Amino acid sequence: MMSMHQQHAFSDAAPGATPPARGEPFAPAVELSQACVTFGRGANSVPALAQTSLRIAEGEFVALVGPSGCGKSTILRLASGLVKPTAGVVVVGGREVAAKALRIGMAFQNPTMLPWLTVERNIMLPLKIVQPFRSQYAREKKGAFRDKAHALLAQVGLKGFAGKYPWQLSGGMLQRANLCRALIHEPRLLLLDEPFGALDQFTREELWAIMQELWLAHRPTVLLVTHDLREAGFLASRICVMSARPGRIIDDAAVDFARPRSIAMTFEPDFVALNQRLRELIVDARSVPSAEESA
Amino acid sequence: MTNVAFRQKLWSAGLIVLFFAGWEAFCLISGMSDLILPRPSQVFATLWQRMPILWPHILQTLGTTMTGFVLGVALGVVLGAVIGVSRTAYDTVYPLLIGFSSIPKVAVVPIFVLWFGSGTVPAVLTSLSICFFPIVVNIATGLATTEPEMEDVLKALGASKLDILWNVGLPRTMPFFFASLKVAITYAFVGTVLAETVASNRGIGNVMMSASSNFNVPLVFAGLFILAGLGVALYAAFSLIEGRVTGWATRKNDLIAA
Repeated sequence: MMSMHQQHAFSDAAPGATPPARGEPFAPAVELSQACVTFGRGANSVPALAQTSLRIAEGEFVALVGPSGCGKSTILRLASGLVKPTAGVVVVGGREVAAKALRIGMAFQNPTMLPWLTVERNIMLPLKIVQPFRSQYAREKKGAFRDKAHALLAQVGLKGFAGKYPWQLSGGMLQRANLCRALIHEPRLLLLDEPFGALDQFTREELWAIMQELWLAHRPTVLLVTHDLREAGFLASRICVMSARPGRIIDDAAVDFARPRSIAMTFEPDFVALNQRLRELIVDARSVPSAEESA
Repeated sequence: MTNVAFRQKLWSAGLIVLFFAGWEAFCLISGMSDLILPRPSQVFATLWQRMPILWPHILQTLGTTMTGFVLGVALGVVLGAVIGVSRTAYDTVYPLLIGFSSIPKVAVVPIFVLWFGSGTVPAVLTSLSICFFPIVVNIATGLATTEPEMEDVLKALGASKLDILWNVGLPRTMPFFFASLKVAITYAFVGTVLAETVASNRGIGNVMMSASSNFNVPLVFAGLFILAGLGVALYAAFSLIEGRVTGWATRKNDLIAA
């Protein structure tokens, strides 16, 4: 399987795996070994993900791209434990994913704020659930935790919206709040399922920059599912391309543009070349879904 | 208060006044005997004169209804939560529940009397058994229709089933719950009065029963008015609490009024 993956390097850095953040040892934060997922049983079963192996190192920012319906989101849901592999093993933080050995933050394309809570309380929800915050929640919800929520809101440009209800916010604002909720409990693994997909171009680019800033500040391991190749190139340190359904990883490329990256960078020749190559891969994957199967 | 809301209140008050005025006029013009249909003015006069005697009965009926209602709500919430959370419970318990709720409660009162004697206990049980069903159905529906996306937000954090129920399921079900409370409180009154009519020597139901056997028709109507008044008062109380608790679910009205 691994032999079929091609390793590509762009710009100045050496090919191969991205260097781990802050000199930590290369321990995989997420590891899928021959994991596959089939929904339903018998004649009605739908293969969502063909046998896939994927290793994500601690502190890496990996983007998953591919044609729609190829199982990108399924990989994300495997890593979060929302879906169990039909076969194979999914290990997160050194343990089987159900053990929740790593603090996980997750943001979906749909912000799904709880409509009966204010933005502030929505964002503080993970603190109410996840240890060690959980045991302090009653004491700190009007103290340190609220300050934390307000600080994060200010960071994404939502200062002064803490007391509003979700329906009083626009789509872009909700998505910012969604990011805050995914980050407030300082997760070591951040799973993002097209969180910027429904936004307009300018809001999206603004949020990319905020996302990059947050990642550089906290350095969680990130797995981002996206349709947007510019987004993948701007944010990720590594891009995995998937084939059409049932998906598997057909290309694995390191992205080594210097950080912090700027939106202007996404129009430079190197970046455009990367974009172009990924695009062709996906177009091929869409038209001949089983080309690799016969090889 | 905004202009629109005020005008709405004015209309509904006007309709009530019009209803009683029409009734009064109909009785006067047609020369209807007050043994058949007393005039509202007669009913209100009776209500006023007999209030000292009626008062303990009002308290009796109110107390019985509230006891049955509170017990019914408790039972309904627990049963509804179990049915709403578990698919298996939903499939196994529902047929039995529907069978039970289809039994006319009039038929059950004699059994309660047989078991517990006449008086307050059968009345409480009747109002309980008649009012818990809408609560079960609404709680179960609310929980069963909770968006899986909302639950996923918590599941991804490693939340337990109880966490999810407490933080997503129950708050989301609150609008359903309050809708059912308003139905249940009126049902509870029906249950109480039913049992009081059949087997009790206290309560508004009993007062109406004995008044009708004495052909004191204005007093029968006075009993009806009391029941209507109590029902409206409790309905209004729940609406008020509902507005506080589930305001998030009715923001459409705010936007129109704003």
